[in-house]
Amino acid sequence: MILDLYNYWVVIALMMVGFYSVIVRGNLIKKLIGLNIFQTSVFIFYISVGKVDGGTAPILVDGVTLYSNPLPHVLILTAIVVGIATLALALALVVRIKDAYGTVEEEEIREIDEQ
Amino acid sequence: MVHLPVLQVVIPLMAAPALLLLNRPWQSWLLTCLVTITAFAISVSLLGTVYSTGTISYELGGWEPPWGIEYRIDLLSAYVLLIVSGVAALVAVASRQGLDADVATDKQPTLYVLYCLCLAGLLGIVATGDLFNVFVFLEISSLSTYALIAMGPHRRALWASYQYLVVGTIGATFLLIGIGFIYSLTGTLNMQDIAARLPLVDADRTVHTAFAFIVVGVCLKLALFPLHFWLPNAYTYAPSIVTAFLAATSTKVAVYLLIRLHYSIFGANFALDVLPLNLLFLILGLAGVFAASLVAVQQPNVKRLFAYSSIAQIGYMIVGLGLGTVIGLQATLLHLFNHALMKGALFLAIAGVVYRVGGSDLAHFAGLGRLMPWTMAAIVIGGLSLIGVPLTVGFISKWYLVLGAIEAGLWPVAGLVLIASVLALFYVWRIVEVAYFESPTALTESAREAPLGMLLATWVLVGANIYFGIDTELTRQTSELAAQHLMGGQP
Amino acid sequence: MIDFAFVVDIVVLALLLVTAVAIARMKDLFAIVMLSGIYGLLSAAFFVSLDAVDVAFTEAAVGAGISPLLFLSVLKLTGRYENGSHSHAIFALVLVVVTGLALVVGTLDMPAFGDPDSPASSHVAVRYLEESGREIDIPNVVTSVLASYRGYDTFGEAVVIFTAAVGVLSLLGLLSGPREGGESPVRMGDHLVLRLVSEMLIPLILLFALYVQFHGEYGPGGGFQAGVIFAAAIILHSMLFGLQPAQRVARPPVLRALAALGVLVYGSVGVVSMLSGGTFLDYSVLSEDPVSGQHLGIIVIELGVGVTVASTMILIFFAFTSRSDAAHPETSR
Repeated sequence: MILDLYNYWVVIALMMVGFYSVIVRGNLIKKLIGLNIFQTSVFIFYISVGKVDGGTAPILVDGVTLYSNPLPHVLILTAIVVGIATLALALALVVRIKDAYGTVEEEEIREIDEQ
Repeated sequence: MVHLPVLQVVIPLMAAPALLLLNRPWQSWLLTCLVTITAFAISVSLLGTVYSTGTISYELGGWEPPWGIEYRIDLLSAYVLLIVSGVAALVAVASRQGLDADVATDKQPTLYVLYCLCLAGLLGIVATGDLFNVFVFLEISSLSTYALIAMGPHRRALWASYQYLVVGTIGATFLLIGIGFIYSLTGTLNMQDIAARLPLVDADRTVHTAFAFIVVGVCLKLALFPLHFWLPNAYTYAPSIVTAFLAATSTKVAVYLLIRLHYSIFGANFALDVLPLNLLFLILGLAGVFAASLVAVQQPNVKRLFAYSSIAQIGYMIVGLGLGTVIGLQATLLHLFNHALMKGALFLAIAGVVYRVGGSDLAHFAGLGRLMPWTMAAIVIGGLSLIGVPLTVGFISKWYLVLGAIEAGLWPVAGLVLIASVLALFYVWRIVEVAYFESPTALTESAREAPLGMLLATWVLVGANIYFGIDTELTRQTSELAAQHLMGGQP
Repeated sequence: MIDFAFVVDIVVLALLLVTAVAIARMKDLFAIVMLSGIYGLLSAAFFVSLDAVDVAFTEAAVGAGISPLLFLSVLKLTGRYENGSHSHAIFALVLVVVTGLALVVGTLDMPAFGDPDSPASSHVAVRYLEESGREIDIPNVVTSVLASYRGYDTFGEAVVIFTAAVGVLSLLGLLSGPREGGESPVRMGDHLVLRLVSEMLIPLILLFALYVQFHGEYGPGGGFQAGVIFAAAIILHSMLFGLQPAQRVARPPVLRALAALGVLVYGSVGVVSMLSGGTFLDYSVLSEDPVSGQHLGIIVIELGVGVTVASTMILIFFAFTSRSDAAHPETSR
């Protein structure tokens, strides 16, 4: 069982490290890096699902019959693109927040808003 | 016209890049109106087609499902497409003047690009029959929503948008994890195919985890109490027109998604033996209704007040789900439709006030009852509908919700729903009091009636609040058939 | 059954974990961004060991390329160090542990890692592997699925990128010409070696981008990767010689129009296939012979994706780097 699933468990640990950084860190950029790690780890989870022992990359070659599963690859290609798009937008927001508030620390922004 | 299901989504989707090339405020507005009205016409035609010939399936790329992506329009999706595109068209009409209060003229063309993208994303979520395609269109609508909120005039709009972005992305990632589990068990992404294969899978723990992650992910998007914390800021600081659009459509689509994934994929009776899901929905729904209504009563800002009221109204929809009966589900579907009409009307009227008076604090409403009679009358009728007074749509939703609770033998739930309506009376009354019983102040004395375009759109929605409160044929019949279908009865 | 692949697997996973924990603990954002680039590169390496070459290619370009670059340009504006404040640490820890445990429970009934008979690998995917050679006739199955079987998802993906471009522009504005403060964060054009190497490199990178664009059917690659590489060449040029020369070649208003055009090109293929009697994005009707219709459709939509991605990436980079540090006061009411 451990040999069957250890891969997924390490990936879950990776996800949780990222998830933790998103929730707990007060710096807006650090949060985004956490989010990035969280998402990237989910990508690894998907690709692990598509792994086939003894298979090769899904590029058709004569004589090869066993390939890894191409569908998770396709899904994750899309998800990577969605991830970078979200990141770009988030960073643009951070730049504007820095301009408007003079800080990128959550606590300080909240204090300024409460004044 | 066989292509209507895809045209419903692709017309606003392709209008967006065209609008970016056009890049002129007035022409962009006109094109957006044409596009949204066309989308509405298509949704009317789709609902008619579904009524006469049943569920429509459309194979994108010419590949049959489950290998290709399928658009699948049944009664439920046609019903939600109708309300989303209808409100989108009315808000678009009102936005010509409504935007001027919040958004500089040179930024307005960009706003219309994002508006069309957001609409296309929401419609795509509703139309698709493919689980991963839901994720893609969810992100189209989410990214454009973040950008739309950030266009608000106050710097707090930026902070609200950032918070929503982080929460929304966590929600979407949870959804992605859930989809991954489902895929690993069934090998397919087509909803119909999953529903057929899932009962044959012998992997209870994985299926339950998938379900939990999907539900939590969607509940973050629909602002279910206590996952609602991003919503008040987002609705308060977004441009008023954007708030009107989002409040009437965005959470409704999230509720649709919850219903679709729960009933059409996992089945109405999924996991009830191990998971007291219905009880959980009842508790969270009622807690949301009361907590959010109590906070709403204390808000000094009217946009914020109605934002909390939205969280409360979502609570009612969740209570309907928690009843676990056809009538309960029907009440949820009715309220989904009716609440879009109420909040659309209310937020458009508020946008009129912001346009004339320059803000949405209670102080900005002083004496408006005489200065902006039509706008304030719209707020009063919208508010009555929110409370659930007879002859408005709000009454119909509440009626079915109470009926469902009584039928399920849950008298306390029925009682609590009625008591909560009194709270709505309190917060609506606060606005009425300021507008009708206070004299205009220096802030408001120069206010005039809102521009005609805005009034027109607002009053079409107000009219709908009354019309569908009296002639309930369409909503009642559609929601009843859809609910029976979802619960596994005859369609 | 301890073989070489197994060892690589363990080592890469361990490195990923170490990097992630280091990132979570550090406070120097510059170092964190560098480590996140390494994290992206390690993930890409892991994808190779899982036989996902297309994904590895993309993750390397995005996780170790574009995203650290964007982070660095923003760090220049926001400062290098975080003040390390934590909020609700206990609550977060509990939440994360519960979520993690739920996920572990969720894996317990999953098919074993690498199982060739798992449902994921024995239902829908089988058709792609067995029939795409006949139905679409290109060797790279990932491209077949991405561009044709699930081409509508990819259309959505192009729209997501376009949405990001519009969103970033609405936040940071579009610079139509040279202006004050338009310097790139690092300007190294004065170094002779860097200058000469990059002058030779940039044309090669552009050439490689074209190769990736039109070769995606055979090996890994396609519109997205090509667009990123193409953008990398322009970005490299602007880092070495400043923004203004780069913006004279790639003018922001033109880029903005191209980002929109790419999406329109993709969508137009769908419209043309509807007019030719198929459904939206059914390439088979684009030509007398369905297979050559598929080829035609795939080439055109990949071009649309490439154009949108390249112009969006360049635009976003310009938007970030050209922003001066001067505070822009918000209108507040």
